[in-house]
Amino acid sequence: MAAPVAPRVVRAGQRPTLGRECAEVWTRWELLVNLVVRDLTVRYKRSLLGFLWSFLHPLIFMVVLTLVFGTLFAQRTPNYSAYLLSAYLAFQYFLQTTTKAMASMAWNGPLLKRIYVPASIFPLSVAISGLVNLYLSFLPMFLVMAVLGVPFSWSLLFLPVGGLLLFGFVLGCSFGLCSLAVYFDDVRLMYEAGIYSVMYLTPIFYPLEIVPEKFRPIIFANPLYYYCELIRQPVFSGQLPPGHTILVAVIWAVVMLMVGWQVLRRMSPGFFRHL
Amino acid sequence: MTHPLALRMHGVALHFPARREPLRSFKEWAIARLRGRPDSGVFWALKGVDLELGQGDTLGVVGRNGAGKSTLLRLAAGIIPPSRGEVHIWGSVAPVIELSAGFDRELTGRENVLFNGSLLGMSRRQMLAKMDEIVAFAQLEEVIDAPLRTYSSGMLARLAFAVATSVRADTVLLDEVLAVGDQFFRSRCHARIAEMCAQGTTLVLVSHDLATIANLCRRAVWLDEGRIVAAGSTAEVLAAYRGSATPTQACS
Repeated sequence: MAAPVAPRVVRAGQRPTLGRECAEVWTRWELLVNLVVRDLTVRYKRSLLGFLWSFLHPLIFMVVLTLVFGTLFAQRTPNYSAYLLSAYLAFQYFLQTTTKAMASMAWNGPLLKRIYVPASIFPLSVAISGLVNLYLSFLPMFLVMAVLGVPFSWSLLFLPVGGLLLFGFVLGCSFGLCSLAVYFDDVRLMYEAGIYSVMYLTPIFYPLEIVPEKFRPIIFANPLYYYCELIRQPVFSGQLPPGHTILVAVIWAVVMLMVGWQVLRRMSPGFFRHL
Repeated sequence: MTHPLALRMHGVALHFPARREPLRSFKEWAIARLRGRPDSGVFWALKGVDLELGQGDTLGVVGRNGAGKSTLLRLAAGIIPPSRGEVHIWGSVAPVIELSAGFDRELTGRENVLFNGSLLGMSRRQMLAKMDEIVAFAQLEEVIDAPLRTYSSGMLARLAFAVATSVRADTVLLDEVLAVGDQFFRSRCHARIAEMCAQGTTLVLVSHDLATIANLCRRAVWLDEGRIVAAGSTAEVLAAYRGSATPTQACS
C-alpha cells in the first residue's frame, strides 16, 4: 500500500477553496455522471413508458398551455404558442432545478455525514440533469412548432448556448439556496411561495407590451426575463437575442455563480450539524 | 516512498449545539437571538484528542454510548472538520460507517454496487471487475438484478459490507458494522478484515464487542466523554475498560 507523502489536512475553520472543490468534483466525475443518470432515469423506473415521459410531460403541458393562453392573447401576439412555450421551458428549468437542489441536500444528508463528498456535487448534478431535460424538451417544442406552422430559422442553433448561460445562473442560485436551506427549512418554504410570484412578474404568459411603461423597470430588474428572452427570441422571432440581452445574461450568471459559491463555501463546513 | 503515519490527530475537539434540536426556522433563530444567547450552550463531543496511527496499525476504539467514538471516526475520515485542532490523513480512507447510506431503493443490486463504488471513488471498470466477487461474498447471486426495495435488511447489510470492503483503501474505518448478518456471514466478515490487515491495511474499528476488538486489533483506545482515558496495547486498554464498569453493569 503506497500512500503518498503529502497528507490531506483538515483544520478547524477551514473552508473549501474553489480550486480544491473543482479538483474533488473532477476526481469524482463518475459519481457525477451516476448522479445525473440516476436523476434522469430513476423517476421513470417504475413507469410503463419510462424515459418517454421526459418528452411526453412537456408535450402535454405545452398543448394545454397553447390551447388556453393561445386563445387569450392570440390577437396581440402572432405565433403566441412559440412565444409562450420557449420562455416557459426556460423558467421551468430554473424553477425545478433550484427546488430540487434544496431537496437534494436533504435527501443526500445521510450520505454527506457518512462519507466525504464535496457538497457542491449535489446541486451540480441537479443543474446538469435539468439542462439535459431542457435540451430534450426542445424536441417536443419543435414538434409543437411544426404542427402549428411556426417557421424554423437558423437562429434556433443559439438555443444550446442560451441554455448554457441559463445553466450558469441556475447553478449559482442553486449553490446559495441549497446551502441556506440546510440551515433553515424556511428558506425552502418561502422560496416555493415566492417563486410563483416571480413567475407572474416575468413575461412568460403575457406579452411584455401589455405591461405599462412605468412598471417595465420591474421586469428589466428580473434576471429571469433575460434568460427567457435568450430562449424565446430564436424560437419566436427567428432572430438571435440582442447583444445587450446576452451581455446582461452573462453578467448575471457570473455574479450569481460567485455569490452562490461564496455562500456554499462558507456554510458547507457546518452542514453536518444541520443535516 | 510512503509516510510512516496513516493518521494524526492533534488537539482535535468538536462541538454540536447543545439544544435537542438544531434551529431549523427563522422564528426559532430570531427568538434565540432576542433572548441574547444565540449559541448558548454547546455540547463538546470530543474535547481535545491526540492520536497517531502508523501505516498498517490496527486500532480498536471502545467506550460507552455517547463517548464520541463515531465522531472520532468521522473526523478520521475527513468527513467533518474539527472545531479545534487538525487532522492529517495519509493515503485513501474508506469509511464504512453506516453501510447502506449510499443505496438507492429503486436501482437494482448491480446498479447500486456501481453507484456505491463511484461514491467511494472507484471507476465503473474497477467495480465491474470486482462485481462477481462482491456478489459472491454477499451471497446474492439470485437477486442481484432485482431492485433493492425487494431486499431484506440482512441482504442489504451483506451487500453493503461486500461493496465497502471490496474497495482496497489504505485505511479502513469500521463503525459497528461487523454485527450484521448471521453468524456465518459474520465469521466471513472477520476473515476478510483479518486478511486486509495482513496485507497492510490500516484499520480503525469501533465496536462494543470487545472480543472482536481483541481479535483484530493490536492497539486500542478507550474514549470517555470526548477524551482518551486509556491508550496502549489492546489487552491493557480492554482490561482497564472492563474494570471501569460498576458492579451492576458488569453483571449485564
